[in-house]
Amino acid sequence: MSAGSSDTKVVITGLGATTPLGGDMPTTWEALLAGTSGARTIEADWVAKYELPVTFGAPIHTPADQALTKVEVRRLDPNAQYAMIASREAWQDAGAPEVDPERLGVAIGTGIGGVWTLLDQWDNLREKGPRRVFPLAVPMLMPNSATGNVSLDLGARAGAHTIVSACASGAEAMGFAAEMIRSGRADVVVAGGTEGAMHPLCFAGFAAMQALSKRNDDPAHASRPYDVARDGFVMGEGAGIMVLESEAHAKARGARIYAEFAGLGMSADSHHIAAPEPEGAGASRAMTEAVRNAGLGASDIIHINAHATSTPVGDVAEAAAIRRAFGEAADGMPVSATKSMTGHLLGAAGALEGLFTVLAVHHRVAPPTINIENLDPEVDLDVIRDTPRELPVGDIAALNNSFGFGGHNVALAIKSYS
Amino acid sequence: MAQTEQEILEGLANIVNEETGVDVADVQLDKSFTDDLDIDSLSMMTIVVNAEEAFGVRIPDDEVKNLSTVGDAVTFIKNAQA
Repeated sequence: MSAGSSDTKVVITGLGATTPLGGDMPTTWEALLAGTSGARTIEADWVAKYELPVTFGAPIHTPADQALTKVEVRRLDPNAQYAMIASREAWQDAGAPEVDPERLGVAIGTGIGGVWTLLDQWDNLREKGPRRVFPLAVPMLMPNSATGNVSLDLGARAGAHTIVSACASGAEAMGFAAEMIRSGRADVVVAGGTEGAMHPLCFAGFAAMQALSKRNDDPAHASRPYDVARDGFVMGEGAGIMVLESEAHAKARGARIYAEFAGLGMSADSHHIAAPEPEGAGASRAMTEAVRNAGLGASDIIHINAHATSTPVGDVAEAAAIRRAFGEAADGMPVSATKSMTGHLLGAAGALEGLFTVLAVHHRVAPPTINIENLDPEVDLDVIRDTPRELPVGDIAALNNSFGFGGHNVALAIKSYS
Repeated sequence: MAQTEQEILEGLANIVNEETGVDVADVQLDKSFTDDLDIDSLSMMTIVVNAEEAFGVRIPDDEVKNLSTVGDAVTFIKNAQA
C-alpha cells in the first residue's frame, strides 16, 4: 500500500477484550449496558496472609486457561496472557486480514508489566536459589512481553511498541498506532492495553497511597465515580485491543468498519507525580487537541467516556477539565464512567474504554454509570446514570479520556463512519 | 533414590510436555531435542531446571549441550542418581 500522510484516514475494524465483565468483547459490552459490576471479594489466601486492608477487586471474568493452551499459560505472565487473548479475538473480529507482515504493527500499553513473574521468581531465588529461577523469567517479566508475544503470534514486523504511561498507557498505545498508520509506517496495527497486576504488593502499594476504595463489605457498590461517598478506585485487570487500519486498506478488502479513529490529544501536567492538577489545565488541553486533531468542533462531540476512577480528587478535577475545555458545549456531552462497572484496569483501562467509545459511536448507545446515589454537586456534567443513553443519528463523535500517574493526559476522538 | 530408565523417561516426557506442549508419546529415547522435538535452547533450560528438581540431580550448564537426544538425558540422569 502507499505511504500514509497526515490526511490518511484511520479506521477501526476489529475489537477484542478479556475483562472483569466477560471473556470477550460482546459479553463485556452486553454486561456493561446492563449495568453489571465486575467487582468481588478476592478468595486467594494471600488476602488474609498479608492482612491486606483491601480485600476485593475486579478480576477477569473468564480464567485465561480457558482461552490459552497449558504451555502458553506457563510461559506467559498474566499481563501477556490477557493481551494474547484480546489480540486474537480482535484479529478474528477484523476478519484475520491478509496483510504484508512488514506493514503490520503492534502497539500495546501496560502500566506495571509482568509483576507476578518478577515477584514469584524473586521468591524462587530467595527460597530455592538461582538454579530454580525460571529460564523464561526475564522474557516473561519485561514490560514489552505482551507486545513481543503478540507480534510473534501475528507475524507483525512493521514495529512492535510498548507504551508505558501508567493508567493512560492503553489509550496512548491506540494513539501511537494511529500515528504509525498516518505516518505511513504501517497499514494495519493491533493496539491497546493490558494489565494483570492484582498482586498483593500492588494492593498494598495502592492502598498505602489511599487510592483504593475500602468498601470491603460491599464490593459491587465500591466503584462509584461522581458519587459524594466515593472513596477510591477498585483494582481490575484484563486487556482491550483494537485493530486499526488505513481506510484505503480496509476498503480494499471490504472490511467491516466500526468507526473512524479521528483524533489524538496528549499533554503532561508537570504538577505532581500522582495527583492530578486540580484546575484540569493539562487534561483540558489534551481534550481540545483531540477535537482539533480530528478536524471537529466541540459541538460535534456528543459523548465522553471519562477517566473517572472513583477517587475523591480525580473525578472532580476531570469534571472541571471538561468544562474548561468545552464550556457550555459540555452540556451536550453526556458522560459515562464505566469504571463503575469494570473497576480500574490500570494500563488497560484507556484501551478498554477506547473500545467502549467505539461501540458507543457504532451502536449509538452510551453505557451507563452505576452506583451514583448522590451526585457530587461539584460535578457539573450530564452524567449518564443507571441505564444506557441513546445517541443521535447522523455524523457523531465521542471522546475517551485517560490520565495516568506521572501527569499523562490522553484523549482520543472517535467518529462515526459512513 | 535410583530410578529405572523407563521411570526416568516417563518423568522427563511429562516435563517436556509441561514446558513445551510436545506430546508425551513423542518423547522417545532416540529423539533429538532440537531436530525432532523442535525445542529451542531456552526451552531446553526450562526442562533442565525442572528435571533437576524432579530427579534430584545436578545437570551442569556445560553438560546440557551434550544432551542432544532424549536418551542422552535419560542416561545422564540415571548415572547422576547412581
